[in-house]
Amino acid sequence: MKKIINNPADVVDEMLEGIAFMNGDLVKRLDGFNVVVRKAPKSGKVGLISGGGSGHEPSHAGFVGEGMLSAAVAGAVFTSPTPDQILEAIKAADEGQGVFMVIKNYSGDIMNFEMAQELAEMEDIPIQSVVVDDDIAVEDSLYTQGRRGVAGTILVHKILGDAARQGKSLAEIKELADKLVLNIKTIGVALSGATVPEVGKPGFVLDEDEMEYGVGIHGEPGYRREKMQPSKELAKELTDKLLTDFEAKPGEQYALLINGLGATPLMEQYIFASDVHKILQDQGLDIVFKKIGNYMTSIDMAGLSLTLLRLEDPAWLDALKAPVFTPAW
Amino acid sequence: MNTAQSMEWMRLFNDKIQASKEYLSELDTPIGDGDHGTNMARGMAAVMETLDGKDFANPAEVFKAVSMQLISKVGGASGPLYGSAFMGMMKALAAGQNLDDVLQAGLDMIQKRGKAVPNEKTMVDVWSEAIAANRQEKLSTALIQQFVDQTKDMKATKGRASYVGERSIGHIDPGAASSGLLFEAMLEAGIKNEG
Repeated sequence: MKKIINNPADVVDEMLEGIAFMNGDLVKRLDGFNVVVRKAPKSGKVGLISGGGSGHEPSHAGFVGEGMLSAAVAGAVFTSPTPDQILEAIKAADEGQGVFMVIKNYSGDIMNFEMAQELAEMEDIPIQSVVVDDDIAVEDSLYTQGRRGVAGTILVHKILGDAARQGKSLAEIKELADKLVLNIKTIGVALSGATVPEVGKPGFVLDEDEMEYGVGIHGEPGYRREKMQPSKELAKELTDKLLTDFEAKPGEQYALLINGLGATPLMEQYIFASDVHKILQDQGLDIVFKKIGNYMTSIDMAGLSLTLLRLEDPAWLDALKAPVFTPAW
Repeated sequence: MNTAQSMEWMRLFNDKIQASKEYLSELDTPIGDGDHGTNMARGMAAVMETLDGKDFANPAEVFKAVSMQLISKVGGASGPLYGSAFMGMMKALAAGQNLDDVLQAGLDMIQKRGKAVPNEKTMVDVWSEAIAANRQEKLSTALIQQFVDQTKDMKATKGRASYVGERSIGHIDPGAASSGLLFEAMLEAGIKNEG
């Protein structure tokens, strides 16, 4: 393992110090907690929080700021944050109208956020939440807990963040969130495994000429391992999977997110983007919003994910385009 | 169970968790995300820091401290599950129940939080079998090992291992393995049904 760290046990704490220092105009760290909150003044609206294991930077602290998240909680690497930490984020985000939680679909995250919700309700803070499950890679009858939550989550942060800023109620945000998550789908490919600092070796190993489709952002196994292919073949596999799952029809409007998993350079992401563009164009889809870069990473995993959001409601596009002040959007 | 026994149980459980840290994480690697050992080790280290050198009035007080530390230090799924288990056991102890019912209260909380039933390749399998064996006063280290090993042939439909479905067959469930250590520690601490 070769990493720019000090003690592996201190990575989350030291990373949060760095985030707070580098973005001191936008966010601050809550003293004694692994919680990043925005500095924007409170204005009596619904608070929006998210969080999860660390190792997915800039998620989620990078999306804290005016127009997006009120606060984000960072757990240990690839490990859900604990209820006491989530409760602090809820309390910091509360502006008197309740707090909405964006949770990625992992059993640990759901249990910890549920316990935090129970604690918050004891303190009379109303809570609602949505579980994002955009990864279509591993759904079939075996996976009874459903799909994993991955990169599409940041689009949820953006659209719900805008709704909260507009003064929507907790119930209205819940209704919007439930509709939104049904229209977001993601699928990825990995070229190498991620190394958790405290473990010291990769979670899985691929041969020099191998790749795996559908790997999760914690290195969970995907759906197929095969020989490395050119970018256009990856683009075809991943785009076809998404469009089939959507039953996409020509003329529909979509937002597109190409997300690097940590160790894949932007040069490769842009090449992949060019291949995806050709396919989407051939299908006659209208791509009205695009984003590329590292947003939901898996430490040093090489690979990328492709997300499409079907813009069922034209207001979602306005929400995506609305300016925000965050470290990473 | 007296206060000293409950402290001894936790001390032995911590020793086993620290000694098996790498093994538990290795079990978690093919079917989970490889952190069960590190998470449990971090949580039990925090538990021992809280327990060491302090006086507790009764075992319920001990388990209350254990529960709070596990909930706030472990994270993942193991934190809420083990933390809830000790919370359930704490309440049953405070109500003066016997060991079987105390353990059953722990299992009930695990199932409430994790929504799992037996045969889903989780810690629930070891807990339910161990409690049944204990009711018949037959629980032994060999039996516990057998309960842990039985999860190998099950297919995961709950917990993070469920994301790999049939590929989970052939691997021991990490939560079942750490639960096995908990029951072994209980036996070694000499805790059994009274009267």
